[in-house]
Amino acid sequence: MTPHLVLRVVTKTLLSPIILFAFYVQFHGDFGPGGGFQAGVIFAVAIILYGLVFGLDLVMRIFTPRVVQIFMALGVVIYAGVGYVTMYMGGVFLDYDALVPHDTHHAGQHYGILFVEMGVGITVAAVMIGIFYSFAGRNIEISDEDW
Amino acid sequence: MNFLSVIDMSTLVDVILLSFLLLSALAIVVMRHLFSVVMVGGVYSLLSAAFFVNLDAVDVAFTEAAVGAGISTVLLLSGLMLTVRREKPMTRRHSYLPFLAVLVTGSALMYATYDMPDFGDPNSPANTYVGMDYIEKTKHDIGVPNVVTAVLASYRGFDTLGETAVVLAAGLGVLMLLGMGFTNGPVTGKDEDDQI
Repeated sequence: MTPHLVLRVVTKTLLSPIILFAFYVQFHGDFGPGGGFQAGVIFAVAIILYGLVFGLDLVMRIFTPRVVQIFMALGVVIYAGVGYVTMYMGGVFLDYDALVPHDTHHAGQHYGILFVEMGVGITVAAVMIGIFYSFAGRNIEISDEDW
Repeated sequence: MNFLSVIDMSTLVDVILLSFLLLSALAIVVMRHLFSVVMVGGVYSLLSAAFFVNLDAVDVAFTEAAVGAGISTVLLLSGLMLTVRREKPMTRRHSYLPFLAVLVTGSALMYATYDMPDFGDPNSPANTYVGMDYIEKTKHDIGVPNVVTAVLASYRGFDTLGETAVVLAAGLGVLMLLGMGFTNGPVTGKDEDDQI
């Protein structure tokens, strides 16, 4: 019988609602409270929770350190990329209105905010997971008696 | 006239929350068991989040709850695994100068609060110049209901790009200090150099 059975079952039950909530916060940020920073942190919490309960080896099989490193930079690239795209479309850097010109319903602003927040979320989530990896990856498994 | 009508409810909640904040801060100072300190730190953040909700700053409260109570607690716990369980007892000799420094800084901060505008003052600098512009023009310029998101992602999009880069830089810093070896999988053995 595996140790911490209750902890494992509760974690597995909570995992998908937490990730779903992270996506809700991510994509609902321009209507309610929240945005990329909070969503990224909540998503990272789900992954870290999994790592804490099921062990670092298992979670590193899903999000390998290499992937985490790439995603850390990818978020900033997406954010800055939106800026360059608006410049390419004829606006100034990060002028989202240039994405959908001559639109009266601010579609450009909506797209711009969506992609920019996505960049923020990806970077924040990856950095948090990366920091957790580098802390948790340094020590040997701690025995139950020590706690 | 009864007591509750003199003090309105939100002030009462503020006072209760702030007293709990003070209590948890004192508890952190007194406690020596590091696991408990981290946990009470999380409680402190959660209380701050409740306090921010009472001030109608839901975005700040949300961030405080997610970052302060959530991820910082978890990261501190995983950092705790690298160190001892209990804080070593302090020697009493050197504690007068820091106490003096804390006392002076605290008095200066309290003195500074007299210059701060009242809560919700419509004539305060935060509510008059550019803040008012954002609230008035967001509906016309950006068209998103949440003014905080409009300011953060659109009006101040350049600042937020900088903040994201700062988060990346922080992550890179930690990786370079602690974790460049972890690309080959987690370290499972005991490293001699770690036992400094």
